[in-house]
Amino acid sequence: MTATLETRGLFMHFGGLTVTNDVNLAIERGARQALIGANGAGKTTLVNLLTGALTPTAGRVILDGVDITGEPQHRRVARGLVRTFQVNQLFPGMSPLEATALAVAQRQGATARWWRSLASHSAVIEEAAALLDRLGLLDCAHEQTGALPYGRQRLLEIGLALALEPSVLLLDEPAAGVPEGESAELFATLAELPRSVTVLLIEHDMDLVFRFAERITVLVDGAILVEGPPAQISADPRVREVYLGEAQHG
Amino acid sequence: MKPGSLVQNAVLPRYRAEVAYLRGLAAWRPAEYVFWIAPVLLYFLLPKQLVLFSQVAIMGLFAISLDLILGYAGVISLGHAAFFGLGGYAAGILAQQGWGEPLSGLAFGGLAAGVLGFATSFLVLRGSDLTRLMVTLGISLMLFELANKMRWLTGGADGLQGVEIWPLFGVWRFDLYGRTAYCYSIVVLFLSFLIIRRIVHSPFGLALRGIRENGRRMPALGTPVARRLVAVYTIGAIFAGVAGALLTETTQFVSLDVLSFDKSAEALLVVVLGGAGTLYGGVVGALALIVAQYLLSGLTPEYWQFWTGIAFIALVFFARGGILGLASRMVAVLRRISGVA
Repeated sequence: MTATLETRGLFMHFGGLTVTNDVNLAIERGARQALIGANGAGKTTLVNLLTGALTPTAGRVILDGVDITGEPQHRRVARGLVRTFQVNQLFPGMSPLEATALAVAQRQGATARWWRSLASHSAVIEEAAALLDRLGLLDCAHEQTGALPYGRQRLLEIGLALALEPSVLLLDEPAAGVPEGESAELFATLAELPRSVTVLLIEHDMDLVFRFAERITVLVDGAILVEGPPAQISADPRVREVYLGEAQHG
Repeated sequence: MKPGSLVQNAVLPRYRAEVAYLRGLAAWRPAEYVFWIAPVLLYFLLPKQLVLFSQVAIMGLFAISLDLILGYAGVISLGHAAFFGLGGYAAGILAQQGWGEPLSGLAFGGLAAGVLGFATSFLVLRGSDLTRLMVTLGISLMLFELANKMRWLTGGADGLQGVEIWPLFGVWRFDLYGRTAYCYSIVVLFLSFLIIRRIVHSPFGLALRGIRENGRRMPALGTPVARRLVAVYTIGAIFAGVAGALLTETTQFVSLDVLSFDKSAEALLVVVLGGAGTLYGGVVGALALIVAQYLLSGLTPEYWQFWTGIAFIALVFFARGGILGLASRMVAVLRRISGVA
């Protein structure tokens, strides 16, 4: 198998601080990979570098063999590199249907169109509704996003990413803040993702990581400490020391 | 559904209800029909006030053009008069130089303002609300001073003299009672409104709302935010220019007023007064402001600004969403009461 998303010698400095330290990542097509690390290990910075929200101090980001280091975020999304956010980034005043329709319209390149109404784009709306249906959000399709329970908002956060039909999906702590009772839907949605979608999961929740990931990358102080299948990671004494040991207390 | 596909692509009649719902949101409401019949009635009921209501229509169009960028895209501007004034001067100078055909003058005003809007849009792309306020204000101040200094072209502080507008379609002269001016202003307002209404209900309009509500998410949805903002800022400038040209043509005069800071502030006030992000708020706010000015200046010539000032403060404190916001809450209350009864 070949890598779909790669980084080569990626560095990110903020002033004197090295937040990303020579990261060489290679995520294979169709992978279920997790990126773990303690708070401040540089996980979110790495996501921002991959998606183009930040420009690395040095190094390359490569998607399907194309160097995308200099590309802005929206163009990477058009290439199929899509993310979700650790803290929901939704449109509070829109309904879930409108927000999802916005994402679908964008994928189809329709948001430059000002001369036709959204309502006349039936295919866009129907596709958005079908996605909400699949996520179990259809019953609140017309409600205000900002007024929805947190768990539903969290599902919509992922729904917006799915509406873009990603080839590589970066999930930044998808379970963050979701109460235990509401997380089952979320896990089910992730488990159902087809293999045509490569998933990189950035997560704190070790249960979710070991249930979902087939490969785990451990980040410590901005550098990759070790990478391997879950069994190897959980047995690694260095990992136990710097990360899992702490997590077990919590 | 092909295996591995995330979303079904075939036509899905199961979701017709959702399509119909969104279509309903964008459909014309009875109140809107009433709104647009009102100007026809005004023509017959208040024939002596047509000049005043022409001003309302022009101010309304100017305010709607600002609402498009402020209320929908969330770009705040304290210098929108730059486009209004440029459109006004462009149409005025064209007429003064010997081409007084009104429709082409309107197009010329819109075009001039649109070019300036496009050119300066790149300055408002980046930065916070505060930088946008300063940049838009700065551009309008520069334009004001430029018009003041270029007396040979603009007439400077005396205003542009000798603007002669030909009869509309070669038939209707701009008469002293303002009948032609009124009809012309209302029709231009209505047609512009139709275009802008279509824009805000389009996928492009939805993307603008997205930019206003969460500018950080939009690039992650694949939207080139900068390009959308350039487009909407240019469109807003074009309609402001059309409004300015309309003022010049209906009054056959332009003065530095149209480029002043007061004019920009007035537009902002009107939008907030009527209700931002509603389009109709622009016209309603203009109506409220101009009629209030007219009535209050009749009652207390010296102090009318004092009373309008109080009214504005009261409105932002007690009526969030402006006049239209207040009206829609009252309708909701009435519905609830009648529903209970």
